Amino acid sequence: MEDKKVIGRLQAAEKRVTNFEEVEFGYNDKEALKEANRCLQCINPRCMQGCPVSIHIPEFIKAIREGDLKKAYEVISISSSLPAVCGRVCPQEKQCEAMCIKGLKGDAIAIGSLERYVADQAIVNEFNSVKPAKKNGKKVAIVGSGPAGLTCAGDLAKAGYEVTIYEVLQKAGGVLVYGIPEFRLPKAIVGKEVESLKKLGVEILTDVPVGNAITIKDLQKEYDAVFVGTGAGLPKFMGIEGEDANGVFSANEILTRINLMGAFKKDSKTPVKVGKKAYVIGGGNVAMDAVRCLKRLGVDAHIMYRRSMDELPARKMEVEHAKDEGIKFDLLKNPVKIITDENNNVTGMEIVNMVLGEPGEDGRRSVIEEEGSNHIVKCDMVVMALGTSPNHEALKHSDIELSDRGLIVVEGTKTSLKNVYAGGDAVTGAATVILAMEAGKKAAKEIMEKLS
Amino acid sequence: MYKVYYNKKISSNSYEMKVKAPLVVKNCLPGQFVIVMAKEDSERIPLTIYDYDSEKGTLKLIYQVIGASTEELTTVTDEIFSVTGPLGNANEICANYKDFKGKRICYVAGGVGIAPVYPQVKFLNEHGFKVDVIYGSRNVDLLLIRKETEKVVNKISYATDDGSFGTKGFVTDILKKRIKDYDIVVAIGPVIMMKNICELTKKHNIPTIVSMNPLMVDGSGMCGACRCEVDGKPKFACIHGPEFDGHKVDFDLAMKRMSIYKEEEAIKWEEMKKRLAKEVA
Repeated sequence: MEDKKVIGRLQAAEKRVTNFEEVEFGYNDKEALKEANRCLQCINPRCMQGCPVSIHIPEFIKAIREGDLKKAYEVISISSSLPAVCGRVCPQEKQCEAMCIKGLKGDAIAIGSLERYVADQAIVNEFNSVKPAKKNGKKVAIVGSGPAGLTCAGDLAKAGYEVTIYEVLQKAGGVLVYGIPEFRLPKAIVGKEVESLKKLGVEILTDVPVGNAITIKDLQKEYDAVFVGTGAGLPKFMGIEGEDANGVFSANEILTRINLMGAFKKDSKTPVKVGKKAYVIGGGNVAMDAVRCLKRLGVDAHIMYRRSMDELPARKMEVEHAKDEGIKFDLLKNPVKIITDENNNVTGMEIVNMVLGEPGEDGRRSVIEEEGSNHIVKCDMVVMALGTSPNHEALKHSDIELSDRGLIVVEGTKTSLKNVYAGGDAVTGAATVILAMEAGKKAAKEIMEKLS
Repeated sequence: MYKVYYNKKISSNSYEMKVKAPLVVKNCLPGQFVIVMAKEDSERIPLTIYDYDSEKGTLKLIYQVIGASTEELTTVTDEIFSVTGPLGNANEICANYKDFKGKRICYVAGGVGIAPVYPQVKFLNEHGFKVDVIYGSRNVDLLLIRKETEKVVNKISYATDDGSFGTKGFVTDILKKRIKDYDIVVAIGPVIMMKNICELTKKHNIPTIVSMNPLMVDGSGMCGACRCEVDGKPKFACIHGPEFDGHKVDFDLAMKRMSIYKEEEAIKWEEMKKRLAKEVA
């Protein structure tokens, strides 16, 4: 008998492209129990080795089997501050699930779906995993309220530290609120996770541009330690002719308007300008998020990526969902020029075909232009999803040491500045939510060691 | 939520608002701006900080009603949902005023552009500079904060398109006559005005600073909506500006980019008018 996992139910593709509601429904009790029962409860669980924050996976799955969801939630909460988020957006197929012994002969346990199930049940049933700890009188400032900052804040607050988070936007969550769309991660879920941090006593100051309103130096004086989790928010452009045209946007702009400002709603006060036919340039998760948002707004939405399907850096599941939704993939193609009319509006792109070469040192196959393959495609919108680099606004006047690539230099998580720690995309360059969480966790640990 | 002291009409289409936001003004310098949201679901609007008191923790904003969101802003009474700042870089002259001692400086303002000009002129006046201002608008009703500005300048000259106050004509006409009197010009106002001023000063090789006011969303370098072309390279007005070397800015492109959301803005404005009418009723 084949050993198959319980497949999570999805909103039908033809229906979901007409709304921004969540694609996956999440397991019901019966499905969760059935899937939990597949777990072998390994004595030496390999899955845990695959988890950046080392959640005790067999133990929480055992608790599901025993019908003790509160315990399951408590087990996860020891290691993760944002389980409802991670259950949804972690690349489990490359982490815990990739290590699962069951995966050798059949389907790995759907650990992500089970984690989400537990976290969602905790929200519905209002489980409080941890009580606010007795304050130890030490103060920590956290710059940025994305996954790294929230995780660091959570761990410190649980240990009795007085934590203040500084966030430049009007809402906490960083990329979880401005970047990842509603249909992958409902904002109400992020809101709940942020609320539970506040219950732990974490103070969140929104609207504060650190670097301008207050500097890292000021924070060093005021707090016993500072954690910088400012992410990688600066959008990249290609530097090609016509990129300043009306109709060329960064994926960040489109996503911020739609997610943070709610422009997908008809009555939103913030508009989002979309075309009839759009190309999203890039093949990562941000490109998938942007293109799927556009599809839902009625746009004929294409991905243009210079490598082939096998090299797409996006999560496989997101690519599958995008394909099901009717997103067209124009692969091995790259724009060289954006064509405009006399009013500076986009009317098309000049593109070239690309040819894959041998894998380079980093294991990725190189790619070169096919000579003489230039041709024109028509479109009225181009969205650049080429990746992002760290934004140094918060670091102004701080003299923090940066690498040649503009990343914060750390030893462990300690920066060149006294009592200042950093982690997440600001240190690694654009990566994933869970890696940022891991860094936030590690920094919290190092801060506690230093201050105890 | 931030306390609002007043939000009053100061001309047929302009308002002045005073807000309490201590962290915004603590380290604020002239030339920086804020982003405000009237309510939790409002659009983010970039506005210049017209005046501030770092000790009292208050700031004043001047805005013109030009669309849905500024229309909504007029309805704010006791509290405003969000005030983020200070954003952007300080004016180069104010930030490094010691380097500019002895320089003859002229500020040129157009319409609501007086709002960002005022704090700079006030700052320089407090630091021993005698600065001239040339201020123009379509008509006398649209000339704002005249009394306040007159207190902090060496000399102020007015121009109106219709001749209802000061010289009939444009600010460029006035500057042209006195161009030899100045070493540096700062021009803030409509893009077309800044373009014309820069064409004039370029001919005379007078360094000119302009302040760009493009479409903007987050104001922290994240979205790139505000990109302008400066010296052939894309720059973000929010974090690289808002002030740039006026002789290097592509103003024609800036004007074209201002129109990106024209249609959507018009629709949203109509929606907002209906919404506000309903709320009143």
